[in-house]
Amino acid sequence: MPNYANLVMLNPDLTPQVMARVDEIINRSKDKPGCLIPVLEECQEVVGYMPVELQKYIGDGLDIATSIIYGVVTFYSFFSMLPRGRHTIKICMGTACYVKGIAEVVSRIQSEYKIEVGRTTTDRRFTLEAVRCLGACGLAPVIVIDEDTHGGVTADRILNILEKYE
Amino acid sequence: MAKLTIADLKKIKEKAQKDTALREGGATVKVTVHMGTCGIAAGAREVMDALLDEMAQSDRHDIRVVNSGCMGMCSSEPNVTIEIMDQEPVIYQHMDGNKIRQVFKRHVLTGEVQTDFALARIK
Amino acid sequence: MKKHRADLLLCGGTGCHATGSLEVKSALETQLARHKLDQEIRVVETGCNGFCAMGPIMLVQPDGIFYQKLKATDIPHLVEEHFLKGRPVKKLFYKEPASAETIPSMDDIPFYSKQQLIVLKNRGVIDPEKIEEYIGRDGYLGAGKALLEMTPQEIISQMKESGLRGRGGAGFPTGLKWEFASREEGDVKYVLCNADEGDPGAFMDRSVLEADPHAVLEGMIIAARAIGAQHGYIYCRAEYPLALKRLEIAISQARQHGLLGEDILGSGFNFDLEIYQGAGAFVCGEETALMHSIEGKRGMPRPRPPFPAQKGLWKKPTVLNNVETYANVGQIILNGADWFSSIGMEASKGTKVFALTGDVNNIGLVEVPMGTTLRTIIYDIGGGISKKRKFKAVQLGGPSGGCVPEEFIDTPVDYQSIAKVGAIMGSGGMIVMDDQTCMVDMARFFMDFIQDESCGKCTPCREGTLRMLEILDKITHGDGEPGDIELLEDLSKMIKSSALCGLGQTGPNPVLSTLKYFRNEYEAHINEKKCPAKRCPALLKFEVNMEMCIKCGICFKKCPAKAIAWEKKKTASIDKSTCIKCMTCISACPADAIF
Repeated sequence: MPNYANLVMLNPDLTPQVMARVDEIINRSKDKPGCLIPVLEECQEVVGYMPVELQKYIGDGLDIATSIIYGVVTFYSFFSMLPRGRHTIKICMGTACYVKGIAEVVSRIQSEYKIEVGRTTTDRRFTLEAVRCLGACGLAPVIVIDEDTHGGVTADRILNILEKYE
Repeated sequence: MAKLTIADLKKIKEKAQKDTALREGGATVKVTVHMGTCGIAAGAREVMDALLDEMAQSDRHDIRVVNSGCMGMCSSEPNVTIEIMDQEPVIYQHMDGNKIRQVFKRHVLTGEVQTDFALARIK
Repeated sequence: MKKHRADLLLCGGTGCHATGSLEVKSALETQLARHKLDQEIRVVETGCNGFCAMGPIMLVQPDGIFYQKLKATDIPHLVEEHFLKGRPVKKLFYKEPASAETIPSMDDIPFYSKQQLIVLKNRGVIDPEKIEEYIGRDGYLGAGKALLEMTPQEIISQMKESGLRGRGGAGFPTGLKWEFASREEGDVKYVLCNADEGDPGAFMDRSVLEADPHAVLEGMIIAARAIGAQHGYIYCRAEYPLALKRLEIAISQARQHGLLGEDILGSGFNFDLEIYQGAGAFVCGEETALMHSIEGKRGMPRPRPPFPAQKGLWKKPTVLNNVETYANVGQIILNGADWFSSIGMEASKGTKVFALTGDVNNIGLVEVPMGTTLRTIIYDIGGGISKKRKFKAVQLGGPSGGCVPEEFIDTPVDYQSIAKVGAIMGSGGMIVMDDQTCMVDMARFFMDFIQDESCGKCTPCREGTLRMLEILDKITHGDGEPGDIELLEDLSKMIKSSALCGLGQTGPNPVLSTLKYFRNEYEAHINEKKCPAKRCPALLKFEVNMEMCIKCGICFKKCPAKAIAWEKKKTASIDKSTCIKCMTCISACPADAIF
């Protein structure tokens, strides 16, 4: 029986319930070559982010050195080692959006919510992320909040849009 | 599902082509049901239903059925125009379910204009 | 069963989903049922139809009528008028931006009528979630022919004769790549599909995957047969959820029909594939990096040789092509190499799909025969520059490419001609820029991208691009010094010749090409501390030119900081102490009177 009690003391987000699901993911995939990245993706889905304690745990489960896991987690932009907000604002930094003025939209969000790109507000309401081109250039400038894509976003409209996400 | 062979693949292709023929060009017959307010009041809906029913029974997928607005000849509604490629269009008047079935079978499928029901040939 | 009399082909691509096509779809279904038309008129959700800026769009067949920018609230009226009473609704037709003329029929809209579709032939015509509809348009017949009637060698020679070159950027002949892999001994080989479309401003592959996923699967089956592979992976970006979903559906349908798995079509040939979701790293578009990523490692490139055709994934012979390349393959096999090579130019066969974006009226996906001029694409298909501004340059090939100025706008689009003017064909991003674009800022933007995405393995790319970015930052902030341009050129040369992979080797291209054609802009930034296009805030004074001001008050209304004073019939003025330099007024001013 894995010792979840210690984990939850190290990091309150790693509750026994969460870790049971992590175990399930590890056991299902561990014999597949190249499974590391899909496992990390699924575990991040469950926990919400990828804290060091979790990386260590997955490393033990897959028999992969924690250093390798840390290398992978920090290499790919999909993984985050910091907690996430209830809503994720993804700002498209593609060329079309840039040309159409996404930078103004970003600075408006930053000044209103006192938040830097890549960080989460202290109340864990929003995480602000800059992402590479979302491929919706026809709608530029584009932001994605959780699953909703908003096109033609202007600095004037952005705060109204964000208000709806509590 | 059982394994496909190339013959099965071709069968699926034919079936799908029939189902999606509407989206391709290459129609040789266009049947227009005039469905303005007056047309609908005079029974154009029944005509359309009968027509689609006949279409389903036939094997042809080069026939397009469209609806259009009032032709301005409200007294002769329901009107149906049949346009066969390279032929003059024919307008039929006072259509109903049975008449359109006859027009479809004889005019559309075999090319025999049903002069009894015709209003005019458009030159 | 009653026969349908009309199909409503509603676009269900990412762009149209975002503008509300799903609400339109449910409104259509409700309204059709209300008028009891649901048995005779069918709503079909297709993949991306390409004209993303006009979304949600819908094509009505057999009428051929094209509706654009539909809203759920338009639907009750539309259904009653067009589908019940037969009167198409004019106000929802497409309006040509140049002539303001309304065009009801899709075939007459220049954006569509000037294109030639091979890769996108099924876009907006089939439901991508139904394998039968793909088969209905000759789908999998190419695979059938390859598996049952041709030897692997015959497949390869057809591919070589067709002249198809890789559509991912480098343009390597596809048949030759397959031949190398086929010559390798060994039972285990792999076929990979690169769907990690990462160039900013490019969305061709996403559209193909969303609109016609089976075409990609068919291409991969044929490639597998040619080289003798039994397993494949599609490496797709996690940022493309709809494409991933449609691919998953397509793969499971193909398996159910025995088009993937064992003994495909009774040929004795086995092949299966799976999707591998990328975790977000641009460098994984490079082939060796992509393979490392599938192996579960950091996606870093390695030196070649050995080439992937010899030692690729898990050190086994591997063929990697991109989405658009595979989408050509089925049709080449079915229709023959001669058919394909009759389209296009001498050394560039077939068509190319471009993602046309930026300051152009008709934004969307465009497929044209190789050899079409940039002018035709931008003006005839793209409808010219938006907001009646002036054309300045078009950027091709994203962060690895370059820009083409107005003097070369009649350049035909093929691998050689584009290279000759200093850009690359690339994967197909085509970003049109108007006279309000600062070319130094643009170069800085791409360098920022490259620097951010540099994997850090080789020094020239890791350190060199950072130095270049610092210099560009300095210039756009008004701190440029004489000698900076020369330093940029030196660094570019060095990085290009010594970086490990394509990312670094091509990274300096945007800087070099803007230096080549717009050197005067760099000089203005450095010597006169001016940004001629007025895009670099540090070089702007935020002052209103009293003579040019037309007293309209638009800047006053738009200013988020309330830093602008204006009264009716008077010129505006900006209070610099409250101004936040957000550029809103500069973009908004119709007279370009703010400096």
